[in-house]
Amino acid sequence: MKARTRAAALLLTPFFLLFTAVLVVPIGYAVWLSLFTEKQSGLGFGGSETVFTGLGNYAAALGDRAFRDGFGVLLGYCLLYLPLLLAGALGLALLLDTALARARRFFQLALFLPHAVPGIIAALIWVYLYTPQLSPVVQAMEAGGIGFDFFSPEGALPSVVNIALWEWLGYNLIIFYAALQAIDRSVLEAATVDGAGAWRTAFAVKIPLLRGSLAMVGLFTVIGSLQLFTEPLILSRGTGSAVTSTWTPNLYAYSAAFDRNDYGLAAAASILLALTAALLSFAVTRLTRGRKEKTA
Amino acid sequence: MSAPRSRWLSKTAVNGVLLLATCYMLFPLVWLVTAATKDAGGLLAGNAFSFEGFDLGGNLARLAEYHDGVYFRWYLNSLLYAGVGAAACALISVAAGYAFHVYDFRGKEKLFGLVLLGVLVPTTALALPMYLLASEIGIVNTYAAVLLPVLVNPFGVYLSRVLCAAYVPDEALEAARIDGAGELRVFWSIGLRTVMPGFVTVFLFQFTAVWNNFFLPLVMLSDQKLFPLSLGLYAWNSNAHAEPDYYPLVVTGSLLAVVPLVVAFVSLQRHWKAGLTAGSVK
Repeated sequence: MKARTRAAALLLTPFFLLFTAVLVVPIGYAVWLSLFTEKQSGLGFGGSETVFTGLGNYAAALGDRAFRDGFGVLLGYCLLYLPLLLAGALGLALLLDTALARARRFFQLALFLPHAVPGIIAALIWVYLYTPQLSPVVQAMEAGGIGFDFFSPEGALPSVVNIALWEWLGYNLIIFYAALQAIDRSVLEAATVDGAGAWRTAFAVKIPLLRGSLAMVGLFTVIGSLQLFTEPLILSRGTGSAVTSTWTPNLYAYSAAFDRNDYGLAAAASILLALTAALLSFAVTRLTRGRKEKTA
Repeated sequence: MSAPRSRWLSKTAVNGVLLLATCYMLFPLVWLVTAATKDAGGLLAGNAFSFEGFDLGGNLARLAEYHDGVYFRWYLNSLLYAGVGAAACALISVAAGYAFHVYDFRGKEKLFGLVLLGVLVPTTALALPMYLLASEIGIVNTYAAVLLPVLVNPFGVYLSRVLCAAYVPDEALEAARIDGAGELRVFWSIGLRTVMPGFVTVFLFQFTAVWNNFFLPLVMLSDQKLFPLSLGLYAWNSNAHAEPDYYPLVVTGSLLAVVPLVVAFVSLQRHWKAGLTAGSVK
């Protein structure tokens, strides 16, 4: 028995050592950093000194309109992105799951393929497709009489949502399709015997059985959305782009740290972001668990 | 309307929608391929889907020459970060997942709960404190700064535990013990062998994640020689607005950077599907 305990410890140690070094310690360090601020001494000639500020950085971040606006952008992003992603992936998975679909393996692979493209490259491709001088899409739209500026204040959000959708639709489609395939066939046969058509089966049987997968995908999508960084960073480099260097909270933290060297503020912003993610995950798990108990 | 006719109609509708979605997914990739064959003039002239101004060879040659072939150095760096990082990460994850599956010890489920909590931490919130810690111990701007953090993947541990439960036969472990094998030996020759599909799955996912990694290298690295592809292409793209000559470099470089992942996903379909399924269907 002792040998087993020792083996368990040995096999777990590498992971937990690294887990501590790469996850736990940085979180602790971020909390520590967020409590201090740099003060210029004298006229700014004597360098700066670090002083304890308590929750001052949090107050500064929350008091900054640019930071709050970032959360507004995230909210708008989620409101637009989440329904499109869930409905799109679920709808396509249901179509793929019908007996009518052909070439299922081809469709699965083709729809998943964008997910193999690194996020930064996906963003680059789409920014090129948004840029009037380079893009066949914009030219085709103009030829059809549709003028749309993908970098304008109204266009920026849909532009980012489109990139994210392109990257993640296939991934979530595969998750839903796998969950659909795992449904007990006798349940579906029973529905058919009871006279339910394809639509009825989809809405009354399949989708309710997918609730767990839907909640999980929703949760991970929201956590992922909070980290929105790469796509807007690329978009912000476009000429005349409405995407600023503080467009999302993550961009705000990055620019606080590396443009302004205000590490305390950046740490506070990062922690506020992580707390939001924690709160949302807690709420979502509570919500889905509560509903499960009710139906059980 | 007769029955066969309505069935034909629904079939067309279903497959039509799937085909439309496929076009949306594939057309940017097709654009990438055709655009990579153009010189700067051809790119800016528009009509990207034609082969006007075909100069793929020239683009590749310029890519290889530019700044003493720094692009292919980035390529090797990416292979190093993703290959070494993912292999080590998969081994560490599978070891932990195996231990969680096979052994009983006090506080096991609490410890596993901690791992699950780790899945939910937004990684970008950690990048800045990680950078400051790394600069305190003096490893900023080294290979280690990018490699160390990617060895940890809580989701990989979760996946490994699930896959161990599916693949590792308890009887085989017991038999090996009766034959006198030590616990580590049992893990190495039986556990790891039988859960090899799980190892490949975790490897594939981590390889992709590291290959796609952008934020961490952006924060950690300033020496161009250490850049992975993602960061290098980003740097080039930032120059492209001022100098359009960079456009073909970025586009052709992006195409080459996508190839290994597409090949991996096409050839290892079984594994990523297994990974996605294990992660989603309880």
